[in-house]
Amino acid sequence: MNGLQSNFFELITIIFYCILIFVPLLVGVVLALYADRKIWAAVQKRRGPNVVGPFGLFQVPADGLKFIFKEIILPDSADKTVFLIAPIITLALSIAAWAVIPVQAGVVLANINVGILYIFAISSLGVYGILMAGWASNSKYPFFGALRSAAQMVSYEVSIGFVIVTVLMCVGSLNLSEIVLAQKNIWFFIPLFPMFIVFFISALAETNRPPFDLPEAESELVAGYQTEYSGMPFVLFLFGEYINILLMCAMTTILFLGGWLPPIDVYPLNAIPGFVWFILKVTLVFYMFAMVKAFVPRYRYDQLMRLGWKVFLPLSLLAVVLTSSILFFFKLAPGMS
Amino acid sequence: MSISLITFYLFSAILLLSSLMVISTKNPVHSVLFLILAFLNAAGIFVILHAEFLAMILIIVYVGAVAVLFLFVVMMLDFKTSLEKDNILKYMPIGLLIGLVFIAELVIVLINTRLDLSNIQILSNPLDNFSDQSNTEAIGSILYTNYVLYFQLSGVILLVAMVGSIVLTLRDREGVKRQIVSEQVDRKGKIELVDVKSGEGIDI
Repeated sequence: MNGLQSNFFELITIIFYCILIFVPLLVGVVLALYADRKIWAAVQKRRGPNVVGPFGLFQVPADGLKFIFKEIILPDSADKTVFLIAPIITLALSIAAWAVIPVQAGVVLANINVGILYIFAISSLGVYGILMAGWASNSKYPFFGALRSAAQMVSYEVSIGFVIVTVLMCVGSLNLSEIVLAQKNIWFFIPLFPMFIVFFISALAETNRPPFDLPEAESELVAGYQTEYSGMPFVLFLFGEYINILLMCAMTTILFLGGWLPPIDVYPLNAIPGFVWFILKVTLVFYMFAMVKAFVPRYRYDQLMRLGWKVFLPLSLLAVVLTSSILFFFKLAPGMS
Repeated sequence: MSISLITFYLFSAILLLSSLMVISTKNPVHSVLFLILAFLNAAGIFVILHAEFLAMILIIVYVGAVAVLFLFVVMMLDFKTSLEKDNILKYMPIGLLIGLVFIAELVIVLINTRLDLSNIQILSNPLDNFSDQSNTEAIGSILYTNYVLYFQLSGVILLVAMVGSIVLTLRDREGVKRQIVSEQVDRKGKIELVDVKSGEGIDI
């Protein structure tokens, strides 16, 4: 009985931690949506949202309310169960990945040994939400969008995988906290700078961000796989997408920008708590995402595939070979010295 | 009843149900989706056995790559001509035969290993000299030392399969216009600056 009771308390604490992750994440998504529109507007010399609330800050919650009260339209020929499960899967998977993200030394819900593989696995599942949505809509444009998106995400996952391998070889562990701690002396974006660029661009493609937003290219496919969605399911897709974008920003931070570590380990900087540095770095990477959206024109589909398979794949493979050779011959690999 | 036991029964119940649904639903796309659910639950059981590396690899390889291609192909098929009843009866004998072979193999394995609950620790962690390492390290240090030849061999087999499938599908088609990026970007000798007198124009 006692064992069950302690199990019960463990469950309660886990649920509490989940809420502790979920609520800041939702706030983060709302702010990210706002920042995305503001930055985009500023680049084009517009004002962006500025009517609802101070500086237009309440625009996103207002939009959310509007979506909640809109009717959910189920297309007549759609496969209704799959149609409704698809956005739920997209949102659930994007949140699930955050369980292993360390925001500060020791502050992480699940400090598992295969953290990076877990994130890689979860993000490789993300394609199912889109594929299911496109197929279940039973309509041309969503289907094309889903097929494009699936091919795109599978292609860029390959190079993301190799980039992660190069980082892992420098760390010697799959645990995300240890990946951050390994950057105590030097953040990995300096020695692995080309891989940082490859990872950043692949992350753009993986999250269907412009300039790789072909699955929802409105000039060709209306809104891609989201065409038939309205109301709450659409919001779930939107939130899932933005949580994924924030996840990719967090991954860039952890793999290359030193996670929660301050830039230099001196007094006024290391007195600031780690999660502040983490949030600052995620914000910086998100700013770069938003700027790319604002000033890079959309790729053509064959150019996208060419970049993924003929440029990034050989480049990242070469980097894996080079990094491992350097680590081996100069005896720099963890556990070799 | 500990939580891990409850989750084990949950995972295996969903696993069995979804694998039953794989062969019993009419719609092939639903079959593939149930197959994916089955893979995920199998990965969950791996996690309970503390084989987290295998679980993640199962998800990344089978769910993230293989099943996506399955789904890709099945989605583009015209599945309105689904299996008729006599068709199912036609394939029943061979299915039963394969099922029987699998059951026989399982029974033989179970008889020979004397499976009881106290054995599970040993079964999930058979190499006790690796007990202080994470199982990623343990698999690595076994795979790249004792079994390096088999590892290389399976890699070569996969490479041959890949090259083979490319050779089979690659064919030269005539009249295909390919984009040559270097030529497209290269502007030397392709642009001419001409001073034009007003009202005269130039010949191109």
